[in-house]
Amino acid sequence: MSTILTYALHYQGEFNKNSLGAVSEGAKLAKELGGEAAAVVVGEGDDLTDELCASLGGYGATKVYRAKAPEGLAQPVVDVMAKVIQDNGYKYALFGGGLLGFEIGAGLTARLGAGVTMEVTAVKAQDGKLVAERPILQDSAIVDVGYVGEPGIIIGRLNAFDAVESGEGAAEVVDVDVQLEEHSTRATMVQRGEQRGADVNIEDADILVAGGRGLGNAEGFELCEQLAEALGGAVAATRAVVDAGWYPYAAQIGQTGKTVAPKLYLAAGISGAIQHKVGMQSAENIVAINKDPNAPIFEFSDLGVVGDLNKIIPKLTDAVKAKRS
Amino acid sequence: MKICVLVKEVPDAAVEKRMDPDSKRLDRSGEKNLNPFDTHAIEAAMQIREGGAVEVDEIVAVTMGPESAFRALHKAVSLGADRSVHLTDEALAGSDVCATGYALGRVLESESPDLVLLGQQSDDGECYTIGAVVADHLKMPSLTQVIKIDVVEGRLRCERQAEYGYDTVDVELPAVISVGDAINEPRYPSLKAIMGAKKKPLDTKSSGDVGIETDRVGAQGSRTEVLSLNPPPAKEAGEIIEDEDTNETVERIVSWMEERKLLA
Repeated sequence: MSTILTYALHYQGEFNKNSLGAVSEGAKLAKELGGEAAAVVVGEGDDLTDELCASLGGYGATKVYRAKAPEGLAQPVVDVMAKVIQDNGYKYALFGGGLLGFEIGAGLTARLGAGVTMEVTAVKAQDGKLVAERPILQDSAIVDVGYVGEPGIIIGRLNAFDAVESGEGAAEVVDVDVQLEEHSTRATMVQRGEQRGADVNIEDADILVAGGRGLGNAEGFELCEQLAEALGGAVAATRAVVDAGWYPYAAQIGQTGKTVAPKLYLAAGISGAIQHKVGMQSAENIVAINKDPNAPIFEFSDLGVVGDLNKIIPKLTDAVKAKRS
Repeated sequence: MKICVLVKEVPDAAVEKRMDPDSKRLDRSGEKNLNPFDTHAIEAAMQIREGGAVEVDEIVAVTMGPESAFRALHKAVSLGADRSVHLTDEALAGSDVCATGYALGRVLESESPDLVLLGQQSDDGECYTIGAVVADHLKMPSLTQVIKIDVVEGRLRCERQAEYGYDTVDVELPAVISVGDAINEPRYPSLKAIMGAKKKPLDTKSSGDVGIETDRVGAQGSRTEVLSLNPPPAKEAGEIIEDEDTNETVERIVSWMEERKLLA
């Protein structure tokens, strides 16, 4: 039985980790509901080989629908998924975290008059239906959301679903031909995946000193760099400061950046918005320095320091240097 | 060119937000304000107007919300909108994302904009998706989380961060663009603009005025339902140091790190 449809984002011949998580989660939930999970792949390049598509079987998808349409944009995928859902009667569409999943899920909501829940951290099967768990109000409460009618759209939070190799065989690959809506052809990718700024490897660092808006300006990162050097670690940044041009994208943590789990994560001038939290909450030790005692980051830091980072960090840098020398 | 900016009234940032345990909806009593993310969308509209690459005839702030939401529209007008539209109707209360997107689609259609701008998220609902929902109803191309907009030969050249780095996308008009908060630094309204905002035209519309089928909105038109409201899993609160004597603060941080063998 066609139960859950997921979208598998790919780039340069590789599937996105969050998409593989969604495929795994979809397969697990479909089994609990007594059905099957399938995936949709959309692209124009020759990297979408039979072999690559069928490999989603290894994460539990029984079928993969492949459509030729522009890559990296949401609306063509909405057209494809809407058709596959309507033709085959899928009851749920499931997305891993990430920009495109949000946009595609939202588009399907409008197209199919379907209920949607986003930022979902867990999904459970109850009485033959799916219920989505969603944290709200800066994670101060969690709501259980059910769906009225079909299909239901579930958009996961980044890294909510783990990619699990189920050891099952290849998925059946089905080519689908979809006539795109006129409006879906009116956005054109000019350049995709541009890397800006120097290459920084923050994923392997044991210690990260991360800077946010509270640093005040780009020069504020010098404080982070000096402390990181004293600690033997690397420097990371929030999306806000990367977008403001204070620090390179390669160092960005969070929803649209990297996910890290270092031994020590020292957050300087970072408020701790959800989009940032999802990228660093697995750190073993979280230290936060912020002058705002109400900053959300203090709710999930192990050591919170309320104070002026311009006063604290230089002295901390000297003290760390003295200890480690 | 006519730009509509979607705005929302949200509980003020200083107000502790809570859920009403009976209705399982956000308790919206208390001080309210214009959603801070929306100010970036208004600023983006102003910069397109001032950029001169295209003639902007009108910037219209549009909201859907209870009676009190006119104040958010006044604020939007003080930031640069020429007039505003307030969709308000008892029938709309309790609308979920699906129903809200449909209703906003209808009110926007009645304005026939060339460009719809909105903020990346609301400060309260945090759903990030309304732009893409509205775009599908309006059958317009759409992007969310845009951090740069240039008008080039009647099209929008947009930049944003996506899964694999920065994407540059050309979008034909009419279009729906949701902007990230890094796109600009919103200006402060002048005292004159604040005072003048109440005098600018404000149209109040009901569901019927814009052809909304009332069985598609409100709680009964919603496709999701909140089954239960639960506390988050308990996390042990961390230690907090208030920095009074910085030398002492630093000593405490260092010994905390040493205990955890982080200074090896």
